[in-house]
Amino acid sequence: MTTATEPDRDAAAVDEEKPKSTLQRLVGAQAFQILGVLLILIVLFSIAEPDAFLSINNFRNVVVNVSILAIIGVGMTFVIITGGIDLSVGSVLVFSGVVAAKTMEALGGQGVGVSIVGALAACGSGTLWGLFNGVVVARLKVPPLIVTLGTLGMALGAAQILTGGIDLRGAPTVLTDTIGFGRLFGQIPYLSLIALAVIVIGAVILHRTRFGRYTYAVGSNDEAARRVGVRADRHLILVYTLAGFCAGLAGILNLAFFSSTTIAGQSNTALNVIAGVVIGGTSLFGGIGTIAGTVIGLFIPAVLQNGFVIMGVQPFWQQVVVGAFLIAAVYVDQVRRAAASRGASTRRSLFSRFSRPQGARRKEAQ
Amino acid sequence: MTAALEARGLRREFGHVRALDGADFDIEPGEVVALIGDNGAGKSTLVKALSGSLAIDSGELYSDGKRVTIDSPAAARALGIETVYQDLALAPHLDPVQNMYLGREVMRSGLLGKLGFMDHAEMKEKTQRAFADLGATVRDFTAPVGAMSGGQRQQIAVARAAAWASRVIFLDEPTAALGVVQTRNVLDLIRRVRDRGIAVVLISHSMPHVIEVADRIQVLRLGRRVATYDAKQTSMEELVGAMTGAISQEEAA
Repeated sequence: MTTATEPDRDAAAVDEEKPKSTLQRLVGAQAFQILGVLLILIVLFSIAEPDAFLSINNFRNVVVNVSILAIIGVGMTFVIITGGIDLSVGSVLVFSGVVAAKTMEALGGQGVGVSIVGALAACGSGTLWGLFNGVVVARLKVPPLIVTLGTLGMALGAAQILTGGIDLRGAPTVLTDTIGFGRLFGQIPYLSLIALAVIVIGAVILHRTRFGRYTYAVGSNDEAARRVGVRADRHLILVYTLAGFCAGLAGILNLAFFSSTTIAGQSNTALNVIAGVVIGGTSLFGGIGTIAGTVIGLFIPAVLQNGFVIMGVQPFWQQVVVGAFLIAAVYVDQVRRAAASRGASTRRSLFSRFSRPQGARRKEAQ
Repeated sequence: MTAALEARGLRREFGHVRALDGADFDIEPGEVVALIGDNGAGKSTLVKALSGSLAIDSGELYSDGKRVTIDSPAAARALGIETVYQDLALAPHLDPVQNMYLGREVMRSGLLGKLGFMDHAEMKEKTQRAFADLGATVRDFTAPVGAMSGGQRQQIAVARAAAWASRVIFLDEPTAALGVVQTRNVLDLIRRVRDRGIAVVLISHSMPHVIEVADRIQVLRLGRRVATYDAKQTSMEELVGAMTGAISQEEAA
């Protein structure tokens, strides 16, 4: 053994690689890079339209627009980290809103009690759809894309059967006046506070608890998780159930905000949420993702839309730009995964991808 | 000395194929036993049977002289038996600490623990100590293991098994696809695990590594043990002879 082969020397060099600092890690995270993109957008729109864009009212509008999507996004982030997908959330939102409206209509009155029962009915219906998705995905091993495509149709169809296809407008006034349009201290919309609470709880569960750890483990290598005794199937069911619950909660909030079950208005909801989650750095292949990234990823389309409207650009441009963002985000994810599977944790950002020729780092290491 | 793990007359058939045809096996505490044999000799089947991943048709298993049944990976773990699979079975997106404790998380005490909060500091400290004790060359405890070299990943997998095993560790081809330096690290790691009194079963195709690190070498052929050698007093030629059937010790007995 006089001459080491090329891969051996490479491997030895990698073995001695120094750990990265916390700062390097933070800067390398896709969520952090996408936050930079969001800030750049905000600065650009602020320069272009300082008065209209940079007002508290406008900022509040954007936040409210993101709130309901963010609640769904929390559940979606869990699902996508497991390597799955949930296309049914928009329909489940509608179905839950319909069940809540029907329940409150049957009970009658405009009181707080009725509203609470309605909210529970919405969350319950969402949870049940999520449980159904989870059981079929985990136990029957049907691919999640197909399962949730199926429940997308089933939940929407069921909602239309219940209503005869006509939107219900029977939300109690106490619900629309507080959660729908009410503001804490006249400034902070309750809708957004609820979303903030869901985001914080979701982030704590994902990043601090064993449930979150298993979510990453199942998405990263479900066989490895099973071998060490993680009940992967049960965990998948719980994750889809959580996503269903979030969609149900979004259903009652949606009803409170629009005073309508918006049956025809949610066909793109799931795709918009998935786009936000993916732009925020959650990998469609599982094992990677953060709640913070999802929230930032959902703000980008909202800010673009808002900014374009204010600037008088045709708002249709928003769809074009968001589409491009989505493709770019998945491209960055692919590059990252390819780098990781080569055993080299070098290229971590979109920028460093273009900053050096491919072999440079390896030559320096030798 | 009683065997840490002993198998007598294990049989297992897949249709008409006799994967195990009355295979025997034994290993004592603090010993490295290499299990060698040609492709299809039954090495993998034997390891799966001993680690609870595969049911046997007949045969007896003893641990510390007591009759045991190992019918699931959980049963093997309860006996202090851990297995490092060839495909490593680490979660690539998790860091070494998270992999070390996957499925065995240390929870916070009191209410927070009941709510599912983990004790990160405790797990990190114990992982670092376990790796330091074994001399594993893993320095970055917060990077995902998927971004590490094959050698480091192998060391993490072995260290994890060593941390949880109290009796026996099975290593399936631990040096396959590793470079020279990395192989050296993994072999050193195996010796240190043995020195703690844990029995290490090494499945490998690499005769030089086997002779170097093993105390005894057991040869499988056609689903049964055909020879056992003292690693200090055998040669590559003798081992290859036993594997191919040119030499046989036990068939006569």
